[in-house]
Amino acid sequence: MAAKTRFEVKLGPATREAFGRALVELGRENKDVVVCDADLSKSTMTTYFAKEFPERFISLGIAEANMAAVGAGLAYAGKIPFIASFSAFAMNKGFEQLRACAAYPQVNLKVVGTHSGISIGEDGPSQMSVEEIGLACSLAGFVVIAPADEASTKALVRAAAAYVGPVFIRTGRPKAPVIYNGDQKFEIGKAIEVVAGQDVAIVASGLLVAEAILAAETLEGEGVRARVIDMHTVKPIDRETIRHAATETGAIVVAEEHLVDAGLGVRVAQVVAETAPCPMEFVGIQNTYAESGQPEELMDKYGLVARDVAAAVRKVVARKKQ
Amino acid sequence: MPKSLAELATIARRIRREIVVMIGAAKSGHPGGSLSAVEILVELYFDYMRIDPQKPKWPDRDRFILSKGHAAPVLYAAMAEAGYADTPLDQLNTLRKLGSVYQGHPDVRFIPSLEASTGSLGEGLSLALGMGIAARLDGRPSRTYVMLGDGESQEGQVWEAAMAGAFHKLDNVVAIVDYNGIQLDGFVKDIMEIAPLADKWRSFGWHTLEIDGHDLAAIRKAFEEAEATKGRPTAIVAHTVKGKGVSFMENNPKFHGTAPTAAEVELALKELN
Ligand SMILES: Cc1ncc(C[n+]2csc(CCOP(=O)(O)OP(=O)(O)O)c2C)c(N)n1
Ligand SMILES: [Mg+2]
Repeated sequence: MAAKTRFEVKLGPATREAFGRALVELGRENKDVVVCDADLSKSTMTTYFAKEFPERFISLGIAEANMAAVGAGLAYAGKIPFIASFSAFAMNKGFEQLRACAAYPQVNLKVVGTHSGISIGEDGPSQMSVEEIGLACSLAGFVVIAPADEASTKALVRAAAAYVGPVFIRTGRPKAPVIYNGDQKFEIGKAIEVVAGQDVAIVASGLLVAEAILAAETLEGEGVRARVIDMHTVKPIDRETIRHAATETGAIVVAEEHLVDAGLGVRVAQVVAETAPCPMEFVGIQNTYAESGQPEELMDKYGLVARDVAAAVRKVVARKKQ
Repeated sequence: MPKSLAELATIARRIRREIVVMIGAAKSGHPGGSLSAVEILVELYFDYMRIDPQKPKWPDRDRFILSKGHAAPVLYAAMAEAGYADTPLDQLNTLRKLGSVYQGHPDVRFIPSLEASTGSLGEGLSLALGMGIAARLDGRPSRTYVMLGDGESQEGQVWEAAMAGAFHKLDNVVAIVDYNGIQLDGFVKDIMEIAPLADKWRSFGWHTLEIDGHDLAAIRKAFEEAEATKGRPTAIVAHTVKGKGVSFMENNPKFHGTAPTAAEVELALKELN
């Protein structure tokens, strides 16, 4: 993997926007792609698909549990259904239906949650989703994807459509820093090393990938060379990349915009424990619900910025030396 | 002392102004569904409910739950005008800012006088049933009022709760539907038709009334009729206008979740004089 340092972080479209655009492409290529939404199409960006393919856009009203099972029914009948809502509602309100109607029978349903994490800002905790990675990973047989930027979202939405089986994709509301240029390839289950380094590895997802890159630059000035890994697929997790990181660096930080109790971190820790145990630290939301505020303010207050990633790295590196 | 209809109308106008100004200041929020609910909240907080803002936890108080939590601004303005200590009038314009008690959706962690945290649609009626059952168990006179959106009525849980409310004969619970015809993505009839709504409530066993949700006298009369109705809960289908009182917001889906610009705030305030 080509090492990229001196990263210039500039903002690109939101991952939900990339999802909406990718859906339209998929709709053009495959008549079996059907989209369901629960009165949030203007926010989930399925509105683009609705405009171009009104007959394949199914409006289901504010009724997410019903939508989950309708989606499963479409999948049973041979369609490739994408159901979309805010992550908080798609996953929480639809969870039992996803379990009984999609996971257990392994139907070809694609669930897309937008407005994930606390970076939605002003609407506050009732609309924020900080547990859905844990929930989605608890659905046996689900593929769980949390892309970081526009390019990876587009590619992974396409990969999800091509994959046969249930998938959950986590996207966000705010503009997302551009991580990848045009020629990067994305594969479900294959993590990407975005910054090379040997002293410590930062495994991140979503908006925290950019924060990890910024942290890596700060740390370089302190003589610590951090590897940054974009773990865009949380399940099935890339065990090899984690094992390598653990053996080669001997210290791992996991960073995510999610409750630390049930997200990427615990899954990475499991692999580390099973393959090459080493000190670890976790950056994420700590046993709380956030509040209203501007996205950047909240990311800062709840410990989800480069400063927090760098602090966790210093801590884990110190532990490594003990 | 009971307030005259003219006094209530004055409070309603003031609350409309506060809603527009605070959402304008926040630069985000939900003006349409806040404005459509003003008269109902004014009737509840300034006329009908047995409440004492000085004693927000008085166990015999009546309770109000805003199930359509995104309309928080109308609730904040009503509670601030009513004089609750934890809803200061002079801070309404901190709506949605970091650290403000005026969170994007009602949050009991910030305002203990609120009866419930809401924001995920479809859940408030169930909460109201729980409070109604508790009042009955404790032999208290408390009545619980809950406001739902018409779009919100698409949630299956609303109808599970409707069935349970009639089954348990919760005549101390009143559901009020703010039937403004618009939800987030557009008109209710285009997203997921819910008509005939009053017939649905009737068939679920609720004493059901249809009123003009901007007519203060009609709202009061409906609450009286609900209180006189024994052995079953009452549903009030309140026909309203989304964005009521601000011409360019009225019946305009755009103002479900779009804040007015500074210029629009000024225009609105002229109309609300
Ligand atoms: C369970 C759930 N799904 C989706 C949303 C996002 N949402 C917020 S307001 C709204 C539309 C509500 O329409 P309605 O109930 O008619 O409210 P009103 O017109 O009174 O504003 C939606 C879909 C939510 N808050 N909760
Ligand atoms: Mg409505």
